[in-house]
Amino acid sequence: MTKCINIDGVNVPFEEGQTIMQAAENAGVYIPHLCHHAGYAPHGSCKLCSVRVNGRVCTACTFPAAEGQSVINNSRELQADRRRLTQMLFVEGNHNCPSCEKSGDCRLQAVAYYLRMEDDHFPLFYPPRPLDSSHPDILIEHNRCIVCSLCVRASRDIDGKNVFAVSGRGAHKHLIVNSPSGRLGDSDISTDDAAAHICPTGAILIKGQAFHRPIGQRLYDLERIDGSPHAGEASHEA
Amino acid sequence: MQDFITKTVAAAEGQPQRLLEMLRAVQQAYGYVPPDAVEFLSAQLGLPRGEISAVVEFYGFLSSSPQGVYRIVFSDSITDRMLGNQALFRLLADLLQVQPGVVSSDGLVSLDFTSCTGLCEQGPAALVNGWPLPALTEDKIARIAGLVKQRIPLLDWPGYLFEVNDYIRQPGLLLQNPIAPGQALQAWRERGAAAVLEELEVSGLRGRGGAGFKTALKWRLCAEEAGPERVVVCNADEGEPGTFKDRVLLRLYADQVFEGMTLCAAIIGARQGFLYLRGEYLFLLEPLRQILRSRRELGLLGENISGFGFDFDIEIRLGAGAYICGEESALIESLEGKPGVPRNRPPYPVARGYLQRPTVVNNVETFLAAAAIGVYGGAWFAAAGAGRSSGTKILSISGDCARPGIYEYAFGVEMAEILRDCGTEDVLCVQVGGPSGTLIDSSELQRKLSYEDLASGGSLMVFNRGRDVLGIVQNFTHFFAHESCGFCTPCRVGSRLLQNQLDKIINGHGSAGDVAELTGIAHLLKNYSHCGLGQTAANPVLHALQRFPELYESRLKKISYEPGFDLDAALEVARRMARRDDPAAHLAQTEEEAHD
Amino acid sequence: MKPKVRVATTSLAGCFGCHMSFLDLDERLLALAEAVEFDRSPLTDIEHCGVCDIGLIEGGVCNSENVHVLREFRRQCKILVAVGACAINGGLPSMRNAIPLEDCLLEVYRDGVGLANAMIPSDVELPLLLDQVRPLHEIVKIDYFLPGCPPSADVFWSFLSALLEGREPELPYELLRFD
Repeated sequence: MTKCINIDGVNVPFEEGQTIMQAAENAGVYIPHLCHHAGYAPHGSCKLCSVRVNGRVCTACTFPAAEGQSVINNSRELQADRRRLTQMLFVEGNHNCPSCEKSGDCRLQAVAYYLRMEDDHFPLFYPPRPLDSSHPDILIEHNRCIVCSLCVRASRDIDGKNVFAVSGRGAHKHLIVNSPSGRLGDSDISTDDAAAHICPTGAILIKGQAFHRPIGQRLYDLERIDGSPHAGEASHEA
Repeated sequence: MQDFITKTVAAAEGQPQRLLEMLRAVQQAYGYVPPDAVEFLSAQLGLPRGEISAVVEFYGFLSSSPQGVYRIVFSDSITDRMLGNQALFRLLADLLQVQPGVVSSDGLVSLDFTSCTGLCEQGPAALVNGWPLPALTEDKIARIAGLVKQRIPLLDWPGYLFEVNDYIRQPGLLLQNPIAPGQALQAWRERGAAAVLEELEVSGLRGRGGAGFKTALKWRLCAEEAGPERVVVCNADEGEPGTFKDRVLLRLYADQVFEGMTLCAAIIGARQGFLYLRGEYLFLLEPLRQILRSRRELGLLGENISGFGFDFDIEIRLGAGAYICGEESALIESLEGKPGVPRNRPPYPVARGYLQRPTVVNNVETFLAAAAIGVYGGAWFAAAGAGRSSGTKILSISGDCARPGIYEYAFGVEMAEILRDCGTEDVLCVQVGGPSGTLIDSSELQRKLSYEDLASGGSLMVFNRGRDVLGIVQNFTHFFAHESCGFCTPCRVGSRLLQNQLDKIINGHGSAGDVAELTGIAHLLKNYSHCGLGQTAANPVLHALQRFPELYESRLKKISYEPGFDLDAALEVARRMARRDDPAAHLAQTEEEAHD
Repeated sequence: MKPKVRVATTSLAGCFGCHMSFLDLDERLLALAEAVEFDRSPLTDIEHCGVCDIGLIEGGVCNSENVHVLREFRRQCKILVAVGACAINGGLPSMRNAIPLEDCLLEVYRDGVGLANAMIPSDVELPLLLDQVRPLHEIVKIDYFLPGCPPSADVFWSFLSALLEGREPELPYELLRFD
């Protein structure tokens, strides 16, 4: 017999060794996340996938599914707190959506929409962060980095290159490049690398592709991050 | 430099896990970790340079920019503050003419603050190039300034400056009944592993670091894990402000601690052991290595221990200034030569710990107690204590008391009794278990020391009436923000938001809504943080809010809202550059003040 | 007849794009005019905000005058609304926050290319710049936020019609966007 966990009253099958997130994804149940990506080693840092498992808060992307688990995913409390966590990510960096070419295709922005985030709530940090445009084809805009480490894992585990690492401590946590100068241009990253494409925000971008899809036709103009279609056409005259 | 790196790598047997040790050597030799050193280490160890830089930038005692020949850091624990560390810091800065956090122009000295150095009963304390300077006074500061200016090598500084005392004020079951080297192993040999584990079970011993996991169960779980290699780790990274009992135990009872580790190894079948010693206790390193050597000579460590056909040895690894490494999985990461970022659990260290091997991590005091239990039996230990908290607990007591130092109590003792013993009067509040523990006020002194009531990893700080509770809370809150590893969102961002929000209220910029905002941030930290640091970081704020709400209220303005930053100061640059100081060149902080 | 709801609007460190978007209400403006009358606004040229039901503010806070105007709105308006990206998080003007104000002023008024009579302006009539551009919610309490750069006319319509009908405004998913 198939083993099941229960997410918000729905039975979701899982296989031994799967996390709650994996079971949910297989069943088409959306749990908000940013540092998780199917096929990547679980990380558990953004905490957006926090769910209540038998009453206790756990990250769905790291916690193993087990028979009999009762998981609360979509509660008013969790959604409100996930919204606050997302707001933390916004105030910590400089997320200026109107000037960002990832806007509309950005998972951070799309999660914020999903969580009905209308403002930043907290005071903004406005950290001074550099831009690394040293590479001919790839740009790092550190202002938008949420230190999810997806690029670190992509480069290490998929590309076999170790182009990126996360350095520093606490509020000084930041992405660094593994090259003698510390600049991306002196690293061996290429546009074919998974690491060049995995960024959930506009922190790592392929150059020369800005705004190639008009507003209204971008990924999250057409569907919500939870996979559901928009109820109506987004109206935007720009 | 390449030669130096080659020698350093060779001294560490080329093991990437010993990266921290190599980086400490580089830091000591060059005053920082230069980019070239990172390159050479990367080439020789086969590690990406980014991973090496990440380690350098994680640990407080390593730096990627040059530090002074004399790097002096003052302990900034609340107890150091109460003993006047701020004034002494300023005095030294004046005498040496340096700015805090900036290397002097001649490269001679850098001066800064650091988190609690574990010398709370003999503060104010500082470290110079990692060596402790306890019980600082104005005279000592003057002397130190003179030594620095004359560029006297540290080795030639007078010994009294470095003299650390061990104040055991009230020994109990464990401290009064030390075992002789080899005694616990003899018991194991005579009675067998199962019987010793049974004694440990009977003793009811639980982890003394504060979390309170049953020791016998932890050892049993680890023993039951499949795998050829098991590891025993002693957590001597006592970084909780106000804790210093492990420092004393490692000075006076290290042999017994090592015996406890060896006993654990014998029972679970481990060959490899580590003592993870906090970087602040550098001065204990050589004496501890000496004890390890003598144990090897006695046949109590190494191959075929005491002829019992069992091999086990212990290596000491030093930390480098990171509170988070007291968390067991962060400690394991650090042991592996990485930044001390706590792991996801499960799996737990007993299943996959050091290099993914089944690992027991216990506190210094736990191993000390386990060795004694091995000799004297579980019932002997369980006779002390109460309820599910059996045996005794060793406390480090500091703050406003006549006799700060080490006290050992049977669990169940009331706070009032402890306070009588250490000589307090007019107590306002007590911080039990350090900043991550519990703040109690003077109406709660009948509460008991126990896992069920007031748990403590060993810290107990006393505050008299006249102390500023919000100042204490502020010190603790800044400590957590400084020590957050930055891995997870709620702690990385939330600990800073909490700090800023608390500062806003304390600095008199708060209104009623700001306290609600403070508790909102606290809620997120407590419920969603990755590890104990973030989950407890808001305890000081919340505990003080429960007990002293009027203190918060007294700082609030009776207005709807006020900015958290100084509005008028935000105009300062523009004012200066426009050479203006007219009324229109200034801003009132609040709407109400603008109309006064 | 029901008394009309008084609305004030202003732009602080903004581009008036939010106001332009408001005008995109087109024929719906006529319906709005039935229920609403405007106090201080670029639409009316009234200089100071009187007692109002709703204040709509676009733009962040970049100078001392912005602070005074924002406070006036907060004082006079029952409901104060941060309209658009700049009001909510500083937006485009806040991109200067990464550059020290001194460097900004020197570049613009003294060291920049092609400046005649280069000098830092100094006149009591001129508002002084804050060292950082700030969102509205860091200066005064804000009741509602309308995100977007600009928020679309539909956002204004959805929000205002809810308030006018006495409902709690709630932006439908499709109208919530940051660009």
